[in-house]
This record gives sequence, structure tokens and C-alpha cells, in this order.
Amino acid sequence: MDFFGIPAPLLFGQLLLGLINGAFYALLSLGLAVIFGMLNVINFTHGAQFMMGAFAAWMLLNFFGIGYWGALLLAPIIVGITGIILERLMIAKLYKLDHLYGLLLTFGIGLIIEGLFRNEFGSSGMPYRIPAELQGAWDLGFMFMPVYRGWVVVVAFFACLATWLVIEKTKIGSYLRAATENPALVQAFGINVPRMMTLTYGAGVALAAFAGVLAAPIYSVNPQMGSNLIIIVFAVVVIGGMGSILGSVLTGFGLGVIEGLTKVFYPEASSTVIFVVMAIVLLARPAGLFGRA
Amino acid sequence: MMNIDRRAVLGAAAAGALPFRSARSQAANTIRIGVLNDQSGPYRDLSGPYGVMCTQQAVAEFGQRGFNVEVVNADHQNRPDVGANIARQWYDQGVDVIVDVPTSSVGLAVNNVAREKNKAYLNTGSATSDLTGAQCSPNTIHWMYDTYMLAKSTGAAMVRAGGDSWYFITADYAFGHALERDTGNFVRAAGGRVLGAVRYPFPATTDFSSFLLQAQAARPKVIGFANAGADLINSIKQASEFGVTRRGIKLAALLMFLPDVHSIGLETAQGLVLTESFYWDLNDRTRALTERLRPRLRDQVPNMASVANYSCTLHYLKAIADMGVAASKASGVDVINRMKAMPCDDDAFGPGTIRVDGRKLCPSYLFEVKSPRESRGRWDYYKLVQTTPAAEAFRPLNEGGCSLVRS
Repeated sequence: MDFFGIPAPLLFGQLLLGLINGAFYALLSLGLAVIFGMLNVINFTHGAQFMMGAFAAWMLLNFFGIGYWGALLLAPIIVGITGIILERLMIAKLYKLDHLYGLLLTFGIGLIIEGLFRNEFGSSGMPYRIPAELQGAWDLGFMFMPVYRGWVVVVAFFACLATWLVIEKTKIGSYLRAATENPALVQAFGINVPRMMTLTYGAGVALAAFAGVLAAPIYSVNPQMGSNLIIIVFAVVVIGGMGSILGSVLTGFGLGVIEGLTKVFYPEASSTVIFVVMAIVLLARPAGLFGRA
Repeated sequence: MMNIDRRAVLGAAAAGALPFRSARSQAANTIRIGVLNDQSGPYRDLSGPYGVMCTQQAVAEFGQRGFNVEVVNADHQNRPDVGANIARQWYDQGVDVIVDVPTSSVGLAVNNVAREKNKAYLNTGSATSDLTGAQCSPNTIHWMYDTYMLAKSTGAAMVRAGGDSWYFITADYAFGHALERDTGNFVRAAGGRVLGAVRYPFPATTDFSSFLLQAQAARPKVIGFANAGADLINSIKQASEFGVTRRGIKLAALLMFLPDVHSIGLETAQGLVLTESFYWDLNDRTRALTERLRPRLRDQVPNMASVANYSCTLHYLKAIADMGVAASKASGVDVINRMKAMPCDDDAFGPGTIRVDGRKLCPSYLFEVKSPRESRGRWDYYKLVQTTPAAEAFRPLNEGGCSLVRS
């Protein structure tokens, strides 16, 4: 059976791969959406923090002998703490100013972090092995499906679900949402809004680092792994609607699939297709697919 | 899109802030060497800072022979416009020769600038065989390897071993196209078939699984990777992840360097065959050079790309000493002609010659990557399989279509 001249098995394989890449887009854009939604900061350090997550996993293994499962828990905490320090020392000072200042600051910090890692570790990257439990592959008939990639999709899905539940369905989440609308009023009720902002930033950064640990065994752990992804992820956030949690998750998976299909039909355009979609969406719905104007 | 703006800004800053500190009176007696390469992207570890260090090593070993030598360097970010701008600015500011310049699209752009300004240009980093073919120039020498030589050695060896049907995964720019073309020609000439190719955007691709799946669907015996650096590393890792080799398909890394093998790890890379013209553990001279370079490179060993900068710089300085600084500054073509007239000899590549079309001749070596059990330690990665002598390693002079060759 063929679709547009492409054999069906190949097409199914590509859809599945698109979903896997979409999982990374979703996880990363989720962190961005949380930070933008709550703090109104466009966090351009996100790519570097994703990369730091992968490097944290590598360092935990090589310097302390802590393997993948430990890293999955520890790396987000460690990188999240660096995010908290960053927020306290620098980003917090910019909340009252225009978005542009936060963007420039985080952009600059991202470049510096990337440069420091490149200086220390080079650009070709460090190997990081897939944990023994997740090695191997399933033969699906139409393709060889590595167990690890399946794991990434499942984990990313649950991480997104958990984040959404925390923000939409819990008390802390309701404080957060209220603080976004009117920080002064929430503060008047005796809630420490600045601390909440700090923790939110830390959580967003931790999500990026979590994605970084997931990515480490797939790609080589190298300093530019984040900067390659971050621009795409920003497009995802813009298409989904800035600050919309659900929007960023759905768009992440959806664009992964669109990109995957482009790789079959016209591979030369696979790095541009997401931006074409972004331009069209912005023309039709300036606030993004799920955003409120 | 932000990415491009950022890199353009950095490039302009790097080019603008070059340190030319020496006084004007010294300028006439100073040779300036500009090392232009990738210092922040996928090809950084192949040459980058190590390429600069190897150039400095050559300058140090050459010593003081009546003129001063200055080495400057910049990052071209794999972008032809940035590379050409830096080259133009450098040549205008008194840089006498530009060396290295990986990334074929940038290498070809700088080729035009050198010719326009009548300066010397020693390309060691680009792979495209067009530099000594259709786009050859009297101002340019192409030092160590090219797509033809890689294709002839690796491609022909794979076909001989039974890999007679190929599918290519190609980086969509000058280098990938040239490598795919040259390898395809050898495969067909040896009686094999090319089933197809998929071209992916460079340098913005990190996930190759989709392309691997397409290649696999064509049922070739060999998947040829017409890419390099971090892209090649990801391709090979992901090919192993998706079980491509378990289905009996062989992988051909058409351009692979020692640092790539290091990054992939022997577990995954073992058994791959590849072609280089230098390996640190090849013979006594290469081992001696590696030892001399150790204080600069520290825990790295030199590879084909970085060490070529050493080799060409040394030969260039010998030519300058021979013809005099004043004469060398008058015309880049004269310098290149003098270099072509002199025989080369250094610890990296041994004795060699330079052809009229600008091709430096050296033997090419087919290596096989050792298994983890065979390796005796860090950087002990290659077994020598076959040597192609210098005279046969490269494209015959009359087949390149170079205008400098009178038939």
C-alpha cells in the first residue's frame, strides 16, 4: 500500500519518529511556557539548560559513578538550583521592565554557558550509554523501534501531564495562576510571590534539564545540542500560543510529526517547515493556536 | 533565525577585533598567517583551536630566519559569507596567507577572494575535489585530502568487499554533494549501483533516524554517509540504535577523523573502515611529531585535519625564506609557484610534491577501527588495512578539468 508514492511501512515509521522528536519539543516548550506564563520572561537560556542537564548526567556518571536513573532525578535538581540562583541574582531584577530585557539577558547568559562548555569539552561530544534496562529494540515489522525511544515518549507524556495537573488542578497551581493575573493582590493575602516566582523558574529549568538527561543517550552530549533545538522550540511555543501549557504540549507533538513527514517528502526543507507553519499560524491567529489574544 | 543573527554579530566582532599590535616599521618584515576555521560548530574538534596550535608549532619549529611570523585566527562559523568577509578583511589588513578553512562551501568562497586579491591560500580543511578541479586557482594549494581520494580508497574497498548497492545520506551543501558524486562514480565504475540518496539540511540537523529509515527501506548493501564531524557521529550512533547494521547493511563513513571515533566510542565504531592520510601512530616520524605537539595539544593527539596545518605552514615558510619576504608580498601566485617547485618533507606526511593544479600529493591509508579488546589505550584506535601510494591516491591530473593544466 502506498501513500503519495511512499510505502505505508515507511510512512508509519516516520510518524512514529516524528512523535519521538515531538516529545522533546513538547517537554522543552512546556518549560518555556511555564516560565513565560508565570514570570513573563522569555527564557532564552533554555537551550543551554537543556544541554546542562545532559552534561550533568554525563558528569554524575564519570565523576561520581551515578548512573542514568540517579541522573534522571539528580540532574534536574542540580540544574534547577543553578536556575534558582540565576533568577535571584539577575532575572528577578528585570520583571518590571519590558520583555526585551529579559530576553536579552537570558540570551546572553545562554551564549556564555555554551561557550564555557565548548571551551572545556569541545564540540564533538561525549558518549553516554543507554541504560542496560532500556537497551535493545522491538521489531515492529515496518521498523526497528529502539526501546529507549519508546521510553522517551512515555516519560515525556507523563511529565507533561503531571505539570499540567499541578498548574491547573492543585492549590499551588491556583496561587501561581492568580499571581500571574495580579501579583499585588496575591501578596496581600500573605503569599510570598517572589519566592513562588523563583521556584517556578527553577521548575521550568528543571524540566529542560530533565529533557537533557533523556536526550543524552540518543545524541552525543555536546555543548551545541541545545542551541540547535531552542529555535525550533520557540517556534513551537509561538505556534501553540505564548504561555499556554496545553498548547505547547500539543503543538510540540504535532510539529514533530509534521517535521517527520517533511523529512520523507522533501528532506531539504525539514529544518524550515516549522517556521513556515509559524508564519502561517501567526498570519491567521496572531495569538497562536491556543493563546488568548 | 535568531541563530543566524547571533552568529553574524559574533563573526563581525571576531573579525574586527584582530590583534595587529606590531609597529608599522616591522610590518614589512613580518609574515602574517591567518588560520580560518570552525571554532564553535560541528567541525571544531577536527581542527579549530588544535589547527591553530599546529600552525603555531610549525612557526616555532621553523625558528627565526630573518623575518617575523605572526599567527592570527578566526571562526568562520561554517558560513561562506562570514568566511569570505573575514578573508577579504584579513588580506586587506596585510595577512599574507590563509590556511585551514574547513567546510567546502566556505573553502570555495575564500578561494575566490584569494584569487581576486592575489594572495596565497593553503586549504587543508575542505574536502571538495573541485578546489583542484573546475574551480582550481593559481593562488591555491589543496593540502591533504579530498572527496576523490576518500571515495577511491573507502568506496572502492567497500565494493571489493561485496557492497555493490549503495544509498547515500548526504549533507546538503558543496561538500556532501561532491563526496556523494565522487563515491557514486567509483561504485558504478566497479560495477555497483547507487539506489538513491537523501539530502538533509546542514548544519541544523541532529536527528538522523528518519533518513536512516528511508535508506533502510531502499534495501542497499551499504549506506554511505556523505557528511562529517558531529553529524557523522550522530548518524552512526543512531544507525546502531535503530539496528541498521543488524539487518546486514554495512555503514561507510566516507570522511571520518580520529576525534569522531573517540566521540562515538569503540563499542559502536569498531569494524568501520575509513580513509585518512595521517595517523599519529603510523610510523616513527608521526610518533615523534605527536610527542613534540603534546605540550600544546595536551590530552588530544593530532589528526589529519589539524596536522595538515603544521605541514603546509612549514612548507610555506620554507618557500618564503627561499624567495624573500618582499618578493612574497608582491604576488600570491609567485609564492604558490615557488611552493610547487620545492619538494615537501615533514614528519606528518613524509616526502611529497605539489601538482600544477594545486594538489599536494601524499599517500592515503585505509584503516579499520579496532575493537575495544584490541585497543591498548586512549587514542589507540586504528589498524592499517591498505596503503594507496601518493601517485595513485588522487584524481589524475587530466581528469579534473582544471584550467591550469595544459593538455
